Amino acid sequence: MSETEALESMVGGEYKYGFTTDVEYEDFPTGINEDIIREISRRKNEPEWVTEFRLEAFEKWKQMEEPDWPNVEYETPDFDKVQYYSATKKKNKNKPESLDDVDPEIIETYKKLGIPLEEQKQLQGIAVDAVFDSESIFTTFKEKLAEAGVIFCSISEAIQDHPELVKEYLGSVVPKGDNFYAALNSAVFSDGSFVYVPKDTVCPMELSTYFRINNMQSGQFERTLIICEDNSQVSYLEGCTAPMFQENQLHAAVVELVALENAEIKYSTIQNWYSGDEEGQGGIFNFVTKRGHCRGDNSKISWTQVETGSAITWKYPSVIMQGDGSIGEFFSVAVTNNRQQADTGTKMIHVGKNTKSTIISKGISAGKSNNSYRGQVKISPRADGAQNYSVCDSMLIGQTCGAHTFPYIESANPTAKVEHEASTSRVGEDQIFYLQQRGMDEDDAISLIVNGFCKEVLKELPMEFAVEADKLLGIKLEGSVG
Amino acid sequence: MLEVKDLHVCVEEDPSEKILKGVNLTIGKGEIHAIMGPNGSGKSTLSKVVAGHEAYEVTQGDILFEGESILDLDPDERAHKGLFLAFQYPVEVPGVTNKTLLRQAYNTIAKEQGREELDPIEFEDYINERLNVVDMKPEFLDRSVNAGFSGGEKKRNEIFQMAVLNPKLSFLDETDSGLDIDALKIVANGINQIADEEKSVVMVTHYQRILDYIQPDHVHVMLDGKVVKSGDKDLALKLEEQGYDWLTDLASVSVNGEQN
Repeated sequence: MSETEALESMVGGEYKYGFTTDVEYEDFPTGINEDIIREISRRKNEPEWVTEFRLEAFEKWKQMEEPDWPNVEYETPDFDKVQYYSATKKKNKNKPESLDDVDPEIIETYKKLGIPLEEQKQLQGIAVDAVFDSESIFTTFKEKLAEAGVIFCSISEAIQDHPELVKEYLGSVVPKGDNFYAALNSAVFSDGSFVYVPKDTVCPMELSTYFRINNMQSGQFERTLIICEDNSQVSYLEGCTAPMFQENQLHAAVVELVALENAEIKYSTIQNWYSGDEEGQGGIFNFVTKRGHCRGDNSKISWTQVETGSAITWKYPSVIMQGDGSIGEFFSVAVTNNRQQADTGTKMIHVGKNTKSTIISKGISAGKSNNSYRGQVKISPRADGAQNYSVCDSMLIGQTCGAHTFPYIESANPTAKVEHEASTSRVGEDQIFYLQQRGMDEDDAISLIVNGFCKEVLKELPMEFAVEADKLLGIKLEGSVG
Repeated sequence: MLEVKDLHVCVEEDPSEKILKGVNLTIGKGEIHAIMGPNGSGKSTLSKVVAGHEAYEVTQGDILFEGESILDLDPDERAHKGLFLAFQYPVEVPGVTNKTLLRQAYNTIAKEQGREELDPIEFEDYINERLNVVDMKPEFLDRSVNAGFSGGEKKRNEIFQMAVLNPKLSFLDETDSGLDIDALKIVANGINQIADEEKSVVMVTHYQRILDYIQPDHVHVMLDGKVVKSGDKDLALKLEEQGYDWLTDLASVSVNGEQN
């Protein structure tokens, strides 16, 4: 399978990832309490400090209330019915050394998702960490990356093998009690990826994690930590899918990025969780905290996201620009169709001098969906010469959807420059007629219009993914003009 | 090529608003026709209805293209048959380059007509050669479709698209309006290059001046939703001198049942 074909099957087609994999799970009770958290930690064989981290987060979470400010409506999940740990049964308790130790059903699942794990079929130039429910199943190209000094493994493995690094950085960008879902994640986090790029190193490959929820009852609480030392660079991409269930599943992730002096992290997401059916039955609740910290001078963190899935999305990838001259970027395409609801945007916090941020957000709503952009730009008193440029554009397809924009700008430094532009447009009958007159059918016409609208964001994606993101947008909106 | 028979059309959302009231028109292969008439006479509506615009409903009559009715076809299916409409108000498609649009359009039509599709390199050569038809610079290809174009550039772009897609029958809906004299000459020259023995062109226009550069075989006058008079180029000159008033009487006569 070529890389393009693989990626095509990863994002292409109507929702063809809705299948389930028949695997045997370890028994694990549902619900959440101190014993459950200790049990998660015990099963993962974690050191005491991680158990403590979890328990402290749990204490905070118990005191917190679910936020009600996002512009979305849903029934609060029953946290006692969620299963917070979901691992498949295996012969060998340790992380598999080779693919022979991995359940063939799971290997088959990833193959179906377009992510072959076998060595000879692996995607060229992209290292993949495959996360299945609560566990990382396998990570490709580990040795090759190790030659360059880059650590790429699951966070669980990193806790075992590189505790000093994890201890130093875990919770340093998103504190345990940051918000309701971040606290929950900190208490029960399952797996996710860990990346460490040493000084003066350009990571030789794209890194990618593929998240798969399979178990109907389990939530997914991934935890990702990326550290880029001085003068280093990494580009990371995550993809995600889930089976189609009538019930909603909870996905509450925390992602922390740390960029030291002159370092650059590019983080791209193609989010394609199951979004529920036309009536809004089922789908993933996607409540995510993603934050990057430009700790060193002249560092740069760039978030690019293409959000197409999930019943509810609640997500604000942010950048704290502490180092002087550091740069934060946020490029987003959020598409909602049918009954989907998305409240997404970013926070750009300017602390250092001459820090610069760019926000480009493109929201597309169709069907009976609701799409909100929520963004904050905050400029601290010492951020002399800070600059922000924001554009948020909304596009409506049809008459029954909604688009909303909530920008918050706080500037405490008179030398700062903040520019904000917003627009709303509707895909008009005339636009579609024009393209149809040139020979395209209605779906292709909409797809072309939408891709044109999102171009500034799509061009930020690694090239092979941009092509597929293009297609995904088209598929997502098929038949949306009735 | 095209036969419009007793075509009655109303606005989809308001059936009491009847725009075309029995249009008859026959366009032969390789012919150039001009349709003239004052504002509101139904000229532009006729072009859109032929192209399949959904805002209008055909209540009576038929449109035959190469002998077959196209009333049940979607606009894209009509385009696949070789029908082209140069828009009076070309639509902007931000973020989509002229080249992207045209390659997709060209290949879709080619595929439907059983012709070979062009790969990006072949298409590049082809499209660059077609630029000459309307005297446009290659930079034009990488600009977003009609976004930020001047009125004249938009009209020229329509003729450029026509040159690339090579349709059998083109309706040019007021392509000449809003053009200065130099642009008008370029556009007219382009149309003359495209029109040949195989291809037919229908120019919908208010003004006689484009007919100084393009010789029509037939000139028709529309008034109040009907073709009230047909003739040769001299008819256009007469209209230029005398206006439409002398035809108003003709229109009322035909209402009384006589053929125009």
